[in-house]
Amino acid sequence: MLKTLYASTAILVMLSGVANADVNLALVGPMTGQYSSFFDQMKHGAQAAIAAINASGGIKGQKIVLELEDDACDPKQAVAAANKVTSANAGGIIGHFCSSSSIPASEVYAEAGIPMISPGSTNPKLTDRGMKSVFRTCGRDDQQAAIAATAIVGKKLGSKIAIVDDKSTYGKGLADGVRSALNAKGVKQVLDDTVTQGDKDFSTIISRLKSANVDFVFFGGYFAEAGLLVRQAREQGLKATFMGGDGVAATEFGSIAGPASDGFLMTFYPDPRNNPGAAAIVKTFRDAKYEPEGYTLYTYAAVTAYADAVKRAGSTDGGKVTDELHKGSYDTVLGTMAFDAKGDPNMEPFVVYVWKDGKYTPMK
Amino acid sequence: MAYFLQQTINGLTLGSIYGLIALGYTMVYGIVGMINFAHGEIFMIGAFISLIAFTALGLIGITWAPLAIVLVLLIAILFTAAYGWAVERIAYRPLRGSFRLAPLISAIGVSIFLQNYVQLLQGAKLRTLPITVTGGVTLFEQDGFVVRISTIQIAIILLTVSLMGVLTVLIEYTKLGRSQRACEQDMGMAGMLGIDVDRTISLTFVIGAALAAGAGLMVTLYYGSVDFFIGFLAGVKAFTAAVLGGIGSIPGAMLGGLLIGLVEAYWGGYVSGAYKDVSVFAVLILVLTVMPTGLLGKSHLQKV
Repeated sequence: MLKTLYASTAILVMLSGVANADVNLALVGPMTGQYSSFFDQMKHGAQAAIAAINASGGIKGQKIVLELEDDACDPKQAVAAANKVTSANAGGIIGHFCSSSSIPASEVYAEAGIPMISPGSTNPKLTDRGMKSVFRTCGRDDQQAAIAATAIVGKKLGSKIAIVDDKSTYGKGLADGVRSALNAKGVKQVLDDTVTQGDKDFSTIISRLKSANVDFVFFGGYFAEAGLLVRQAREQGLKATFMGGDGVAATEFGSIAGPASDGFLMTFYPDPRNNPGAAAIVKTFRDAKYEPEGYTLYTYAAVTAYADAVKRAGSTDGGKVTDELHKGSYDTVLGTMAFDAKGDPNMEPFVVYVWKDGKYTPMK
Repeated sequence: MAYFLQQTINGLTLGSIYGLIALGYTMVYGIVGMINFAHGEIFMIGAFISLIAFTALGLIGITWAPLAIVLVLLIAILFTAAYGWAVERIAYRPLRGSFRLAPLISAIGVSIFLQNYVQLLQGAKLRTLPITVTGGVTLFEQDGFVVRISTIQIAIILLTVSLMGVLTVLIEYTKLGRSQRACEQDMGMAGMLGIDVDRTISLTFVIGAALAAGAGLMVTLYYGSVDFFIGFLAGVKAFTAAVLGGIGSIPGAMLGGLLIGLVEAYWGGYVSGAYKDVSVFAVLILVLTVMPTGLLGKSHLQKV
């Protein structure tokens, strides 16, 4: 008797999970691999946003359930992860992080009609291919490149300029953008070169930079290579100013480069931590002993936009949510945000930052 | 000229590291006739142990660089050698006498295992070491181009030369070295003459791992950052170095290492940084097709 009761209770518990339809949201990004620190930021942002929404009653009583999936910033694994979350009936996707993962994965989501909001993929191609259900809360590399080029020319940061990239979709895209923006301003670089992602030794390329007497280096790539490049450059006595993009915005950059990181310039989004509207949320993070740096609040905003769109659409149907996301504006931690026809946000442009003592502050 | 000299310094530093790893490949091949594809991972473990040892020494207050480096070298050799020994004992010895491909496949398995083992225990993140050795010497200046050799580059070359010296003495003048050379010539006969073959082979793995630990320490100091994946590329390049020098030949491994380092530096310096790794592997293909015994190898045909 007791056994039957026990078994039937167990079955009831299982059933209740199914009966209460939740809103399934998948967060996909580099959970492992050398960019896992970015995923950490994304995870903190997404979990905090979901906790806040669920605590205030969820979306019309439905709780948001977050599923985490790993793409390791590897295009092949990204497609596999995309197929997995698609078949697990995710209502929306927050991610991916690396452009090289987001672009192939977006095709899977577009085919399944699931809206996808990337908090960190800046390659223009992501939203330029006419996919209606692809969005991002971050800026685009062509905007970023234009800001970098304006700063280089306007502030006379260097006269003999070298452009180096890491051959990744993101790094090369950004470096190409800076190159054409500089050339359009009549500035010609003296040296172009590439490094390989995962490389540790940059001594040869640094000797090359030294022999070309370069006084400014733009690097398109991520923090790991950027950190080693500038560290080894200083060891070899190269005094040029270095500049990179949003891929450098991780605290590890400071620990990899050490004192060599001082003076490294970086284009990055205006820091959302300084938004008056974000103050309460930032405080919640800091109270929980977490500094909401980098992409944390961009992911937070992506979750908010998705949840509001579901609320307005009154359904988790991918098509309806996509239509809602294109309409109207959303109150997010980044400010009031509206997506254009391509899926890009109407955000403020990038800002140039300078690194000092392992932290970055806006350049004066 | 100044530029050429700078690239030579870069190449020699890189080549020293490859050479030390290559020794492990070549010694094992010389004695048991197998390619230990897990050797790159042993090097990676050496780098991690160095990093952990540096952090631990920092905690107990030993921060004077020369003392810390010597202590870390000893610690790294001690622990990495244990891994080298264990790998041989667990994955290769039971397969000795089996068909030729068996230990090779086992080696690839060990390599994947060790990579994932470190990834799980240490995390996938890049681990960093604050800069311990700073400074350098400006050799001369020509047309505004400064030729510089950093203290750490000098330390790497010195450490390599001393480890090579120790190894040469070990192989040429000790009982262990004689047993090793005997086993290399004819394992069965050596066994019959009273040489403990199992022990000799174990010790070969231990020495190879110790040298890889030295290389791991240098990489940790030189680049200041380590991740679980560094063993792969370094391992393949060191393998190329061993093949170029003539696999099985100890001076060959060192020479091959230096040459591979120089090829990489000159290619990156004069052609393009983009195909630096391609240049190294082009050498591998060229040597295997044109001169399979390498520069200093013996010309008896053996297939892997």
